[in-house]
Amino acid sequence: MSSVQKREVLPVKTSNDVVIARQKVRQLAVELRFSLVDQTKLVTAASELARNALDHGKGGTMTVEVLVNGARSGLKMVFEDQGPGIANIEDALKDGFTTGAGMGLGLGGSKRLVNDFSIETEVGKGTRITAVRWR
Amino acid sequence: MERIPVLRMGSLLLITIQVDMHDKLALQLQDDVTERISEWGSTGVLIDISSLEIVDSFIGRMLANIAGMSRVLGAETVVVGMQPAVAITLVELGMSLTGVRTALSVEAGMELLYGNAFTGSEDEQRTEA
Repeated sequence: MSSVQKREVLPVKTSNDVVIARQKVRQLAVELRFSLVDQTKLVTAASELARNALDHGKGGTMTVEVLVNGARSGLKMVFEDQGPGIANIEDALKDGFTTGAGMGLGLGGSKRLVNDFSIETEVGKGTRITAVRWR
Repeated sequence: MERIPVLRMGSLLLITIQVDMHDKLALQLQDDVTERISEWGSTGVLIDISSLEIVDSFIGRMLANIAGMSRVLGAETVVVGMQPAVAITLVELGMSLTGVRTALSVEAGMELLYGNAFTGSEDEQRTEA
């Protein structure tokens, strides 16, 4: 299985934290020598998911991990919040579905930008979204 | 407070977005652009995003909002200079910036806007989906 080479936890409490989260993901994606397009996809997904945790989950954390699985390396991002949770994951992943002021592209769009994507959520408890892109 | 400058060039407004935008800055820009259009009677808005390393749905929405608000105020918006990696990501994300005119460079964008000013805006008839 894959091993974790590096792990960092960042707060996602303000819109400035979203900017810092993006910069951290960019830095790690560059270190991992992802292509420019892949870097852009990772940073964009991080931005969407961090904003999702902030707007819908009332803030939380982003954990980034550098994964190594044999010859493959990857970047894993985990966004956790203690917000209201997602009542219907299927709806939440549909493009255009939103309960907030956004465009409803954040979750479904982010899923398309990474290789592995999963949502664990419990209504009233919070949400954990995991996204991994391999290079 | 930090602000994105809105420059006036004849009948156009020029905006270069260079900073890693956070939400408040984006909202401030919407306010500034609409106020400048109404104050200066601008007929075109050129937004240069060549320095932006990503455009997420928030920034995409802001660009669409600015274009929409400006159109209602009688000004056409052209977004110029998007990096190829940003374009690929944006479309994969699910945003194609419908309703926002784009051009490769500042020059091409200006041609679009000045062409518009001379021929009269054919886009006034266009309805938003």
